[in-house]
Amino acid sequence: MASLKPGEVNLGTTIMAVEFDGGVVIGADSRTTTGPYIANRVTDKLTKVHDRIYCCRSGSAADTQAIADIVQYHLQLYTAQHGEAPTVKVAASLFQEICYQNKNALLAGIIVAGWDERDGASVYNVPLGGSLHRETYSIGGSGSSYIYGYCDKVFREGMGKEECIEFVKNAVSLAMSRDGSSGGVVRLAVITKDGVERMFVPGNQLPPQYEG
Amino acid sequence: RAGFKFDNVKRNELLGEKGYGLPTATKTGTTIVGLIYQDGVILGADTRATAGPIVADKNCEKIHYLAPNMYCCGAGTAADTEFTTNMISSQLALHSLNTGREARVVTAMTMLKQYLFKYQGHIGAALVLGGYDVSGPHLFSIYPHGSTDKLPYVTMGSGSLAAMSVFESRWRPGLSREEGIEMVKDAIEAGIFNDMGSGSNVDVCVINKGRTEYLRNYSKPNERVTKEQSYKFKAGTT
Repeated sequence: MASLKPGEVNLGTTIMAVEFDGGVVIGADSRTTTGPYIANRVTDKLTKVHDRIYCCRSGSAADTQAIADIVQYHLQLYTAQHGEAPTVKVAASLFQEICYQNKNALLAGIIVAGWDERDGASVYNVPLGGSLHRETYSIGGSGSSYIYGYCDKVFREGMGKEECIEFVKNAVSLAMSRDGSSGGVVRLAVITKDGVERMFVPGNQLPPQYEG
Repeated sequence: RAGFKFDNVKRNELLGEKGYGLPTATKTGTTIVGLIYQDGVILGADTRATAGPIVADKNCEKIHYLAPNMYCCGAGTAADTEFTTNMISSQLALHSLNTGREARVVTAMTMLKQYLFKYQGHIGAALVLGGYDVSGPHLFSIYPHGSTDKLPYVTMGSGSLAAMSVFESRWRPGLSREEGIEMVKDAIEAGIFNDMGSGSNVDVCVINKGRTEYLRNYSKPNERVTKEQSYKFKAGTT
């Protein structure tokens, strides 16, 4: 499997996506690093690939941007040819195809999430090797290691939109304070059949937690 | 056949062992910056080009022309930044003629990132791309591996940390032209005086709606002092 080349821009990262009845809530930190330097402290790692389908990017910035651009192109073509929006499953499958077939050259951990007419809300995780996993909620990136326990304990099936937003905000925030490669601000997006609502929590307005 | 040929790798390794190492590519060491101000974007760059510890060029031009409304600062391997920007500039000119429209900054950004990604970081071009098109002013940083960031102020090169400290303490939205140019000048000078890979003069480029001003050697804080003596030899000495 590939590893970051020296000097390559790294998305370090904490990313997360949670399904609820009627939509998904996705969230990410905003730090991009080259070695010890923070190249971008306000990165937007939640990338649109279609009107109601977003991906959360972690790993190599160059690889994930290139992959997302290619998938966005394919989904645009799909819409033009089929006359209807693709499902989240289709988008996730495209990500998988690229990540699996080029696994030796890529360093990309991607979470695909969105809403479509056929299946409603869906979250798919495409980790490093290019496997595909549909999950009710998913976490990824270097910062996710620190919040597995928190997420497993706090998550419940049947949470509403507001509860999911708080869950994502808190979890990403906790990861950011423990992972050096995650930080900055928390970016969130809520995707439902009515559209996409983007939210933003500045670094100094994060939920209170023990700081020592 | 396209792509790099690695046939000479073994030969070069052998030569290296015998003491005939490869010449180092001229690097621009460099401090390059860009910022968005009220009416557009301002780009800045130092003018030192290095080959290892030697200054190869004391007054090189690191702000490259891409289109009448777009310029690109380049850090990293000098040849790579020069040829890459020239190539995309050429493609943009054809694109503009083909579409009948002024080129957009995102178009240049996409062409550059896809080209650099294809070469997986082997083309050492780190760029600060700025311009003004129908959708307003835009500023991007582009890394050798092909990732891009869209930001209101950016710095790249070995002097980027010195320059960024200036921006982080002073940048705010809605800067005037004078404030913007002064800030860019100060950021580049921070690189010139605190980074050994950067030096000599400050080049500035101001791009706003319908107008671009390339201010070559806007500031020259390192001019050589007048020599105290004349070292001219009498005609006929040799």
